[in-house]
Amino acid sequence: MNFDPRFSGRKFSSVGTRPIRPDGVDKVTGRARYGADFNMAGQLVGRVLRSPHAHAKILKIDTSKAEKLAGVKAVITAADLPDLTDGDSAMYDVLDNCMARTKALYDGHAVAAVAAVDARTARQALKLIEVDYELLPHVTDVDEAMKHTAPLINDTLFTEGLEEKPVKPSNVTKRSQFGHGDVHQGFGHADFIVERSFKTEQTHQGYIEPHACVASVSSDGTADLWVCTQGHFVYRQHCAQLLGLEASKLRVTSSEIGGGFGGKTHVWAEPVALALSRKAGRPVKLVMTRDEVFRASGPTSATSIDVKIGARKDGTITAAEATLRYSSGPYAGTWAEIGAMTAFACYKLDNVKTVGFEVLVNRPKTAAYRAPSAPMAAFAVESAVDELAKEIGMDPVDFRIKNAAQEGTRSSYGPVYGPIGIGPTLEAAKTHPHMKAPLGKNQGRGMACGFWFNFGGQTCVDLNIGMDGSVSLAVGTVDVGGSRASLSLVAAEELGIDYAQLKAVVADTSSLGYNDMTDGSRGTFSSSMATISAARNAIKILRDRAAQTWDIPVDDVVWENGHAIAKGEKYGNLAALSLKEIAAASGKTGGPIAGHSELVADGAGVSFATHICDIEVDPETGAARVVRYTVIQDAGKAVHPTYVEGQYQGGAAQGIGWALNEEYIYGKDGRLQNAGFLDYRIPVCSDLPMIDTQILEIPNPNHPYGVRGVGETSIVPPLAAIANAVSNAAGVRMTHIPMSPPRILAAIEAERGG
Amino acid sequence: MAGVAVSTTINGDHVEYLCQPDETLLDVLRDRLGLTGAKEGCGTGDCGACSIILDNRLVCSCLVLGAEAEGRIVETVEGMAHGDQLHPLQQKFLEHAALQCGICTPGFLIAAKDLLAKNPDPTEEEIRFGLAGNLCRCTGYDKIVRAVQDAATVMKKGV
Amino acid sequence: MVEVTLWGALGQLAGGQSKVEVEAKDIRELFRKLAEQYPGIEPWIEKGIAVAIDGTIYRDTWSKELPKGAEIFLLPRLAGG
Repeated sequence: MNFDPRFSGRKFSSVGTRPIRPDGVDKVTGRARYGADFNMAGQLVGRVLRSPHAHAKILKIDTSKAEKLAGVKAVITAADLPDLTDGDSAMYDVLDNCMARTKALYDGHAVAAVAAVDARTARQALKLIEVDYELLPHVTDVDEAMKHTAPLINDTLFTEGLEEKPVKPSNVTKRSQFGHGDVHQGFGHADFIVERSFKTEQTHQGYIEPHACVASVSSDGTADLWVCTQGHFVYRQHCAQLLGLEASKLRVTSSEIGGGFGGKTHVWAEPVALALSRKAGRPVKLVMTRDEVFRASGPTSATSIDVKIGARKDGTITAAEATLRYSSGPYAGTWAEIGAMTAFACYKLDNVKTVGFEVLVNRPKTAAYRAPSAPMAAFAVESAVDELAKEIGMDPVDFRIKNAAQEGTRSSYGPVYGPIGIGPTLEAAKTHPHMKAPLGKNQGRGMACGFWFNFGGQTCVDLNIGMDGSVSLAVGTVDVGGSRASLSLVAAEELGIDYAQLKAVVADTSSLGYNDMTDGSRGTFSSSMATISAARNAIKILRDRAAQTWDIPVDDVVWENGHAIAKGEKYGNLAALSLKEIAAASGKTGGPIAGHSELVADGAGVSFATHICDIEVDPETGAARVVRYTVIQDAGKAVHPTYVEGQYQGGAAQGIGWALNEEYIYGKDGRLQNAGFLDYRIPVCSDLPMIDTQILEIPNPNHPYGVRGVGETSIVPPLAAIANAVSNAAGVRMTHIPMSPPRILAAIEAERGG
Repeated sequence: MAGVAVSTTINGDHVEYLCQPDETLLDVLRDRLGLTGAKEGCGTGDCGACSIILDNRLVCSCLVLGAEAEGRIVETVEGMAHGDQLHPLQQKFLEHAALQCGICTPGFLIAAKDLLAKNPDPTEEEIRFGLAGNLCRCTGYDKIVRAVQDAATVMKKGV
Repeated sequence: MVEVTLWGALGQLAGGQSKVEVEAKDIRELFRKLAEQYPGIEPWIEKGIAVAIDGTIYRDTWSKELPKGAEIFLLPRLAGG
C-alpha cells in the first residue's frame, strides 16, 4: 500500500472533540465482560500451588493424593508443560516462570496446578500435593545480589557486555553503556558538582482486575482462550509455542481489561490453564487471587542508582554520569538498559555516560510498568538536577530550560532529536499560575521532567461498511483506556461521517491479522495510523462505486465530507452521493465495501512532560500530602482530549503512590510480607487533590495527524517532583523511594540532630 | 457440604438460591446468579470493586456470606438504571470520562449512590472520603470526583 | 555507503568500533551486511534491533530506506508498558 504517514497539518472536525466512548454504557451498567466474567459450559476451576520459599530445589512432587480426591479432574506439574522452546532462552524463562522446573526461584513461584469441579475441591487438592524442597540461600536486595558473596540464582549466566568474557557466573546478567563525549573532561570544567546515590523500592502496577482466563483445549488440537491481556495476539504466539499448538488453531479473545499498565503483557496463568484443560478434557477457568497477583505476577524493578552532574556557574551542565542497577527477578532482563537510555534524555549534554547493570534477585520476574525503568532514573537525575540548580543559585525551571534538549540535540541515548516538546513543557511550567500560587505552612513546591520513547509496531485494522451506511471498525490493539473512542474519531474524520455512525470493536485473533501488544503508548498512535490507512482504502472503493454509478472516470470523483463528488463543470448536474447511498447500492455495484490495513506503524514520536507539585509535610509524623498537582505534557495531537487528560492524571497518581507509599516489603526469610491492598497501599480518593493538566501539541512528523503516544510519560516525573517538593517543604533531601512517613521523619530527625 | 436455601430481594426482584455456608455473597451474585457487575479485585474488603448496598448499607460483598442475604434487600449496579434510562451517576460518569478500564466503575457507582443518598450535597472533601474505600488505578480520581459533583447537582434539581 | 553508529555492546562485537561503514540502501540490507561483516551481531539482529534514522526510531520497518547522509543509529529493542 502506498500509505503516506507524514504529518499533513489538516484541519479537524471530529478529532479533538470529546464524545462518549462506545464501550461506556456497558461499563456503567455492569454489562461489560472482563476476564473473570466469562464462563463456558462444563468448565472446571483451576488453582495454582506456589512455592512458599524464596529459593529452593524441587526434589520431588507427589500429586497422587490430590489426584484421588473426588472432583479433581487434572493435576499438572512442569512435566505437563515440556520444554518446546527450542533454544529460545527468553521463552524458556517464560515457561519456567509459568511452572517451576527444577528450582523455585521466588516466594509465589508456581510449582503445580489443579483443575476441579469447584473452588473448594481445588483448594483442598492443593493441600494434598506434597512437594519436597531443599532450601537454598536467597537474595532479594539489588545491591546485595551484586556482591561476589551473594547466593547465585542461576549458575549458567555470565555477565554480558563486559570487555572480557567473565570466567565465573554472576547475578549480574548484563552491563550496558550509553553516552557520548568525555565525562572526565566535562567534570573538569564544572564549577559545581552534585553526586548522590539513590534507591527505589519495587512496586506493582496495581491493576484492580487480577489475571483471569478461561481456556478450552480440544483433542483435535484446536483451542480457545478468553483472557484479560494487553496483547491477545502475543499471548496466542506464546501460548501456542509453549503448548505445542498451531497459532492459527488457538483463538484468543481479549476480554475487557481491568487495567494492565504493562503487567498484562506477559503470560503467567494462561499456559497453565491451557495445560490443565488439555489434561482434563474440559474448559478451565483460572483466576488469580490478589495475593497471587502481588507474589507471582510481574512487578517493576527495585533500583540503586548513582548520579553525578557537573555545571558551570552560568548554569551550563558540563557532564553527567549515572550508574544504574535494576533488579529483574530471577530471570535476565533489560530493565537497567532502558533506565540507562532514558536517564538524561531531557538534556542537551556534550559529555554524558550511563552504565546499567541487570541484577537477578529472588523476587518475581520483573515486567513492564508504564514507561518501564524511566521513573527511577528520572527520580535520581531530576533530584540531582534540582540540587545542582540550588547550589548554583538558579531557579530550577530556568536551569532546566537552559539545558533542555531541542530539535537537533544529540540525545543521551544516541540519535539526534527531531521536533520535541521538553522546552515547550518547561516554558509552559514557567508561566503556569501554579508556579506563582502562595504556599502554606510546612509546604514546598517541586517540579521535574520526564521522557519516554513511545513505540509503534505491527498493526492491522478492518473497516467494514454496512448496507445501511454504518461503519464497523475492527482493531487488534486492546483498548486499555478509551482507544475505541479515539479510533472511532479518527475513522469519522477520514470518512467525513458522524462519530455515532461508527462502532469500534477489538477483534479476536482469528478475525484479524497479527497485532503487537498495546504497550509503549502505541495503542492510539499505531491503530489510528492503520485506521487512517484502512479508511483511505475504503474511500478508494467508495469513489470507484460512485464513478460506476455515474459512468464517469474514477479520477473525476473526489471524497469530501462523507460524499463522493464529481469534480468538474461538466458534471454540474450530478448530485453528490453520500456514503449511505453508495453503501445501499453496494450489492449491485460490486459487493461489500471495506477498507483494510496491515502496516508497521513506525516513527512514534518521543514524548516529554513537566510536572509541578506542592507537598505538605507534617514535621511531627513525617507524613507527606499532595496539596496541588499539575501535569504538562506533549501529546502531539490529542485525539480525544478527555482521555488524554485521563492518561496524564492516572500516570501522575501512580507516580504519587510510588513516591510516597508503595513498596514490596520482604522479610529475612525472602517472603513477601505485604501481598494485599491493605498493606500495599495505593492512593485512594482522599489522598489526592484534583490533578490539573495542560496538553501541548507539538505534531509528530511521522503521523498523518501528528499523534504521539500519551500513556506512559506521565508516570516518569512524579517521583522526582515530589522528592524535590519534600526537600523544599522539610529541608531534607530524600534519596530513598518511597518517601513513607518513617523515612521522612528519620530524615527530619537526622537533620535536626545534625 | 449441605447447601443453604436463601430467599432474598435483589434489585427489586424476589430471588431464591442455594449456596454453600462458606460461600461469599459476591460469589453467589457472580457465579450462581450471573450478576457479574460486582467485581472481585482483592477478596479482602480493601478495593471496593464488589461494593453493593445491603439493607441501605454500603458493604463489600466479598465480606458478606451468601447465606446472610436471607430476607434482606440487595442492590447492585445492575439495578441502577431504569430500563434504558441511566441513573444520573451513570450518565455523569460517561460524560466526564470518569472511567478508563472500568473495572472499578460498578463499585464506585454503588458507593457514590450510597453517599448521595445520605448526603445529597457533599463537599469535594466529603466525596473524597466517601469514596476512599474504592480503589481506582487508572483515573487519579479527578474525573470521578467531578462526575459525582455534577450528578449531585443534577439529582438535587430533580432533573 | 552509510555510517552506522553502534551502541556499546554491539560495538564490542564489531571489534570495538563505535561506528562502521556499510553499503546499504535500506534497513534489510543494512542488517544483512552487518551480519556478514560481523557475525557476532547476527543473534542480536534476530532478537531485534531498532534503527534510528535522523532521530526517528524504526523497530520493524525493514524496507525503510536509508537516505544519503542520514544519521543511522542502532539501538536495543525496548519493552514498554
